[in-house]
Amino acid sequence: MDDAKLDALGQTIVSALPGAATGHSVAFNQLTVDVEASKIVEVVKYLRDDPNCRFVNFTDITAADYPSREKRFDVIYHFLSPTLNARIRLKAQADETTQVPSLIELFPGADWFEREAYDLYGVFFVGHPDMRRILTDYGFEGHPLRKDFPTTGFVEVRYDDQEKRVVYEPVRLNQEFRKFDFLSPWEGADYPVLPGDEKAGPKV
Amino acid sequence: MNEQPEQLRNFTINFGPQHPAAHGVLRLVLELDGEVVARVDPHIGLLHRGTEKLIEQKTYLQAIPYFDRLDYVAPMNQEHAFCLAAEKLLGIEVPRRGQLIRVLYCEIGRILSHLLNVTTQAMDVGALTPPLWGFEEREKLMVFYERASGSRMHAAYFRVGGVHQDLPQKLVDDIEAWCDPFLKVVDDLDRLLTANRIFKQRNVDIGVVPLKEAWEWGFSGVMVRGSGAAWDLRKAQPYECYAEMDFDIPIGKNGDCYDRYLIRMEEMRQSVRIMKQCIQKLNAPEGKGPVVVADNKVAPPRRGEMKRSMEALIHHFKLYTEGVHVPAGEIYAAVEAPKGEFGVYLISDGTNKPYKCKIRAPGFAHLQAMDHICRGHLLADVSAILGSLDIVFGEVDR
Repeated sequence: MDDAKLDALGQTIVSALPGAATGHSVAFNQLTVDVEASKIVEVVKYLRDDPNCRFVNFTDITAADYPSREKRFDVIYHFLSPTLNARIRLKAQADETTQVPSLIELFPGADWFEREAYDLYGVFFVGHPDMRRILTDYGFEGHPLRKDFPTTGFVEVRYDDQEKRVVYEPVRLNQEFRKFDFLSPWEGADYPVLPGDEKAGPKV
Repeated sequence: MNEQPEQLRNFTINFGPQHPAAHGVLRLVLELDGEVVARVDPHIGLLHRGTEKLIEQKTYLQAIPYFDRLDYVAPMNQEHAFCLAAEKLLGIEVPRRGQLIRVLYCEIGRILSHLLNVTTQAMDVGALTPPLWGFEEREKLMVFYERASGSRMHAAYFRVGGVHQDLPQKLVDDIEAWCDPFLKVVDDLDRLLTANRIFKQRNVDIGVVPLKEAWEWGFSGVMVRGSGAAWDLRKAQPYECYAEMDFDIPIGKNGDCYDRYLIRMEEMRQSVRIMKQCIQKLNAPEGKGPVVVADNKVAPPRRGEMKRSMEALIHHFKLYTEGVHVPAGEIYAAVEAPKGEFGVYLISDGTNKPYKCKIRAPGFAHLQAMDHICRGHLLADVSAILGSLDIVFGEVDR
């Protein structure tokens, strides 16, 4: 579908669901619709059942973390309509305590994807019958894909030959985790003055 | 004596994490009522490596090798999805020879994956010969991988903007010479399995998925084609030069394990057909030329150039330390990987590292339906169904 058709489809969706779908945009030939997190079930039901949409194939649920925002998470849904041969992306904002309704009644395939979003980001889905962790270790703490979770994690695991079992210990790095700042000072560094440059101001 | 009436309890067993038919590190908690499966609870994550978190810390170039390690049976198909996503954000088009090489190697990847799946599925239901025959061909294909990229499996051959190196003419000729004898091997496998009484008893009418359910569960690839939808991203939403390739999409009627096996067999033949067309186009005059975009802000300059040109040297240095800056935006790019729709959802904030990279693996969506598909089947069918879902744990656990 070309951009004009996608734009028209987005307008139809937004006007059909006042209060639930709040806006739409088309970028890179892909349609994004912003939705209210609490109304997500209504929107998805419309997209699935409306004869002009038929987004019957569930593709993906994920989240993105923006710690500086008041509602730090974007919960992002992807659906595919084989009839229209088009994809749609839904975006809902949520924070750590927002209860996002689960899609499991409409799409059983949402099951593991919601568990994954909960596991890796800590987004809560209500109405999900089995909200366990899925990818991380049994007994893991924290939500690793949050931006404030360190890449090295907090615990490391090894087999202890004396105790004859696997033990967990606080992570110990032989070399400090290195993060390089590759953004060159000539283009777009976010610090205002390079160290030493403050002396180079106009002479008083 | 205890007066309580005797109660019948379902029997719970652990299938895996070390089980030859578990196709990796899958732990299935099976609740059995006699020999009938009452509930399946797959425990995954035993191979979780935090790929998405790691990609957020790496430049776009450094992210590519992680994709080989997802579905390690068909590495280049994964790289392809990531490169397509980054290329769309950058707004660049891959030169024609680069596209042809990519398509050629993606089809090799498809055959690699289907060969593994079809033959190990046969092994799961009791046949030992097919894996031996199939792996011989896989070995030859992996040599083609090695001759192009330098490594048999973890190729890291695709680049944002094309592929790393051009193929030598001898390699193209050798791939062409491989095609026709391979079709005979497929025919041999066909004769060994398709009409085989045991193979049919174990697969026909097992694990039936109606099309409506297939869509709802987020299935893609062979899993929806087996249920009767003529849906293939290579045809429906063509990327690269798939639009000009001539090939057919096999579909199933019954949506059972046997149909999925037949589709995979036919897809291997169709892949060979695409490979032959690619080779023909690579040998034509239009197929010659660069394999990667000429823009030195995206692709490094050639080695010889670097020896003489200062500017080329600077570009090389900047690309391999800082990397490409991808304009801000978000994109979902999907390819028809052997196992289904492999998607990469990329959010860029304009720096040299992805802000977020979500990997949408087909195996993840397929495996979660295990409980749904297996209920009411016998214990022995579990491994047949698992085999036909085509699970590779690298991509399920990421």
